[in-house]
Amino acid sequence: MSQAQAIDGRQDFIITKGKQKAHLKCDADSIAGCVSQRACVYCGARVVLNPITDAIHLVHGPIGCSAYTWDIRGSLSSGEELFRNSFSTDLREQDVIFGGEKKLTAAIDQLAAKYHPKLIFVYSTCIVGVIGDDLEAVCRTAAKRHGIEVIPVQSSGFIGNKSAGYRAACDALFRLIEPENRELVGKDKSINYLGDFNLAGEAWIIRDYLRQMGVTVNVVLTGDATYADLKKATRASVNIIQCAGSMHYLAGRMEETYGIPYMQVSFLGLEDTSESLRRIAAVIGDSEVVARTEALIAREMSHTAPVIEGYRQKLAGKKAAVYVGGGFKAISLIKQFRELSIEVVMIGTQTGRQEEYDTINDLASDGTVILDDANPSELERFMTDQEADLLVGGVKERPLAYKLGKAFIDHNHDRKHPLSGYVGAINFAKEVYTTVCSPVWKYVRAGGEGHE
Amino acid sequence: MLDATTKEIKERASGGVINPAKTCQPIGAMYAALGIHGCLPHSHGSQGCCSFHRMHLTRHFRDPIMASTSSFTEGASVFGGGANLKTAIKTIFQVYNPDIIAVHTTCLTETIGDDIPNIIKTSEIPEGKMVIHTNTPSYVGSHVTGFSNMTKSMVNYFAEATTPLKKEQVNIIPGFVNPGDMREIKRLTRLMNAPYIMFPDTSGVVDSPMTGEFQMYPKGGTTQPELIDTGNSKLTIALGRFASSDAAEQLDKKCKVPAVTLKAPIGIKATDALLMTLRRAFVSDVPYELEEERGQLVDIMTDTHFHFHGKKVAIFGDPDIVTGITEFVMSLGMIPVHVLTGTPGGAVGSVVGSFEEDIKELVDQAGLKANIKAAGDLFTLHQWIKNEPVDLLIGNTYGKYIARAEDLPFVRVGFPVMDRSVHSYMPIVGYRGAMRLIEMISGALLDRQDRDAADEDFELVM
Ligand code: SF4
Repeated sequence: MSQAQAIDGRQDFIITKGKQKAHLKCDADSIAGCVSQRACVYCGARVVLNPITDAIHLVHGPIGCSAYTWDIRGSLSSGEELFRNSFSTDLREQDVIFGGEKKLTAAIDQLAAKYHPKLIFVYSTCIVGVIGDDLEAVCRTAAKRHGIEVIPVQSSGFIGNKSAGYRAACDALFRLIEPENRELVGKDKSINYLGDFNLAGEAWIIRDYLRQMGVTVNVVLTGDATYADLKKATRASVNIIQCAGSMHYLAGRMEETYGIPYMQVSFLGLEDTSESLRRIAAVIGDSEVVARTEALIAREMSHTAPVIEGYRQKLAGKKAAVYVGGGFKAISLIKQFRELSIEVVMIGTQTGRQEEYDTINDLASDGTVILDDANPSELERFMTDQEADLLVGGVKERPLAYKLGKAFIDHNHDRKHPLSGYVGAINFAKEVYTTVCSPVWKYVRAGGEGHE
Repeated sequence: MLDATTKEIKERASGGVINPAKTCQPIGAMYAALGIHGCLPHSHGSQGCCSFHRMHLTRHFRDPIMASTSSFTEGASVFGGGANLKTAIKTIFQVYNPDIIAVHTTCLTETIGDDIPNIIKTSEIPEGKMVIHTNTPSYVGSHVTGFSNMTKSMVNYFAEATTPLKKEQVNIIPGFVNPGDMREIKRLTRLMNAPYIMFPDTSGVVDSPMTGEFQMYPKGGTTQPELIDTGNSKLTIALGRFASSDAAEQLDKKCKVPAVTLKAPIGIKATDALLMTLRRAFVSDVPYELEEERGQLVDIMTDTHFHFHGKKVAIFGDPDIVTGITEFVMSLGMIPVHVLTGTPGGAVGSVVGSFEEDIKELVDQAGLKANIKAAGDLFTLHQWIKNEPVDLLIGNTYGKYIARAEDLPFVRVGFPVMDRSVHSYMPIVGYRGAMRLIEMISGALLDRQDRDAADEDFELVM
C-alpha cells in the first residue's frame, strides 16, 4: 500500500522529531472513514473495571459488546472467577422499541439470586443512550431490593473514545470506594497501587517488591481486587499510579476529595523500576524502608543486569516501532528499549495526552516519527520507511507486522507473561530476542527474493 | 470459573444471556464483505464496534482485517449520522482507494434510523467505484444473520440477468465458513467440471500468503464482474439455510436463477448431496478422484467406527455448521445428546428457519432423543451437560471453559477459534474435511483414553 497518503486533516497528528516544531495534535476524535485502531468508551471502561474479580459485569445492550469482551483481558485472580463470565441483557428488537429497563431489572434480579454477588456493574452501550433507559434509577432500586451495590457505568460508545471510558470507569470506582467512616480516610500507612490490571500476575510481582521493602499495599486498582478490598481504598495514605492513562483521573479525584496524594510510577524496564521503588521509599520516608529498598534493588539488579546485558549484545542496533494505548507506557518503552541498545524509530499511541507527547518528543532521537491515533496504512508506511525490525502493539497490529515480515510483541491484553519489574524486564528482553531473532524471518526474505 | 453453574435448571425469565453462543450481526456482514475483491467493509457506528469486530476476526484468522468506521460522536447520535457517512465515503476513496465500500449498520445507527441508501445516493462516489450497504441491527438475529444480509445485498446491488439464456455455470454460496472450506468446495466443484461463481469468497483474503508486503486488498475475493454475472447462472446452490438461503432466494426473485438449499457439506451424506446436485445440473460424472476420496473416507469410517460408537456428544455453534456436524457424528455411531445454537430464529414454528426441527428430524430418524435449542447460551448447555454427561464436546473456543469444568475431551470447530491456529486453512467440508474431523474427534477421544488408562490398560495399538 505504498499509495497510502496522509489523510487530509491527519498531518497535524504526525511529526518527525527534529524536523518540525514539536507540537502534535492528539486526544481528538478520529476522522470518519479512518481504519482507526482505536476502541470505544465501553471498551475503555470495561478493561479498567473487568479485573474486579467478585463482581458481575452485566452489559446492557445487544449481545455483541458483551461477546467481544468475554474474558479477553488476562487479569489473574487469586480467588473469585466470577468476572470471567459474560453477562448480557441481549437486547432484542422489542426492547429497543419499548425500552430495556424491564429486561435489565429482570436480569439483575436473576443474577443476584443465582450468584449472590456483593457488586454488580451495569454497563451502558451505544443504544442505551439513545433508547433512553434510566440506568441510574434501575440500578438504585435494584440495589435497595437486593441489599447489594449495583453501579451504573455510563459507557455509551459514541460519547467519546477509550479515554472517556476510562473516566466512566473511574467515576464508577469513585462511587464504589466512598468510605462509610470518614475518620479512617488516609489513616493507614499503606499505599494503593492504581493502574495495574494484574495481567499475567504483574500486580503480584510489584506487591511482592513492596512487601520486601516493608511497604503494605492496601488495594490494587483494579488487578485482582475484590469488593471488600475496594471498600477500604480510602484508608491508604498514598496512591501510586502505573497506567496513567486510565487512572490519572481517579487519583486526582481522590486527592481532591480525600486528600490522598498520588505519584506516578512505572515498572517497565530496569531504570524506571528502580527509580520508582526509590521514590516510593522516599515518600514513605522511613529510613529502614529506604535501606531495605536499596538492598532489594541491589539484589535484583545483581542477577538481572547480566542477563539483560547478554540480550543487549545480541540486539544492539535493532530498530523498534511502538504503537500502544497510553502515552505513559510509550515513554517507558523508549527507555526500556534503550537499555537493550534498540532505537525507537516510530512511536505512537491511541490515547496519549499532550504532556506525554512532549516527554516522548524530548526522549526520542532525531528522525523518530511520532504519531497519534495511527491507522494501519500509516503504521505500515512508517515501519517500512523507518526500517523497523520490530513492532510493539496490540491484537490488531500483530498480523500487520507479520505480513511485513517484522517481529512483534504484544504489550496489551494478549501478553503471555509479566512485563513489569525486574522479572518483567528479563521477560521483555527475552521476548524481543525470541521474535527478532527467530529463524522464520529468513524464509520470508529468502522466499521473496527467490520468487521474484 | 463456572463453579456457580447449578445442575437444577430454572426458567430464566429475563431473557438475559450468560456466556453467549452467538455475537452481533455487523461482524458477519464485515466478514462477508471481505469476500468481495477490492472491497473495504465499513462500519457505520461508533469506532468501538469496528474495533471489536476487527479484533475478533483477527484473533480467529490471524490475518490483518481491514475495515473503516464512521467514528460516531455524540452529535452524530443526536442529529443522525448522514454527515459522518458522507465524510467517511469521501475519505475512504481518497485514502484507501477500494473498488467497493460495503457499508453495514450497527445497533446505534439502526436505532437512530439513518437512511443509508439515501445517504449513499447523495455522497460523492468517484467514477467506476461503488458503495453498497446492508442493514445489520445487532438486536435481531446473530452474526450469521449479518453474514446472510450482506450476502443478500451483494445480489441486490450486483446481480444482473444480461444474457437471454442462462449460462452453464453455478453460483455457490458457501456460508459463514473458513477460507479453507471455501477452497475445498471450489476444488470439489472444479473436479465436477462445473463452472462456478462462489460468493462471498474470503479465500485469498483472510488466508493470504506472506509476501513481506502488506496488501490492503489481497488477491482473493469474488470480483465485481463475477457478482454481476451471478444473475446469468443456471443454478444457485446455497450451502446452509441460515447463512445462504436468503441471498439465493433473492437471486431467484431478481434474476430468475433457480435455487437449491443444501446442508453445509459436512460429512459424507451432505457432501454426497452437493456432488449429486452438481452432477444432475451438469450431467457430469463424478470423477475417479472424488470416488477414491469417498472410498477412502468410508474406509476410515469402518476402520475406526468402534472408537466412536455409542459415545455421547454435545455440539454447539452456528446453526448451519452444527446441523452438519450433528448429522456427521451420527453417521459415525455417536449420539448427539445436547445440540445448541445461540442464533435465534430457528425455534420450532418460526418462519425464518428451523434449526430445532432439522435437528429433531435427524435424531428422530435414528430413534434418539436430544436436548435441542436455538437462541440458547452456554450456561444452558453447561447445565444440560451436568444433568446428562457427555463423552465429547464439539464447538468454538468458548467451549473450553465447560470442557475444563467437566473434564471433557473437546474438539474445536466453527467460529471463533482463538486459541489454536491453522484451523482456518483446513477444511471440515467435503470428504477430506470429514477425514479431518474424524482425525480430530478420534484424537481427542483416544488422547483421553491414554491419559486415563491404568498402567495395565495402556495400549500401544488402538
Ligand atoms: S454496539 Fe452494537 S453493533 Fe457495536 S459491538 Fe455492541 S452490539 Fe455490536
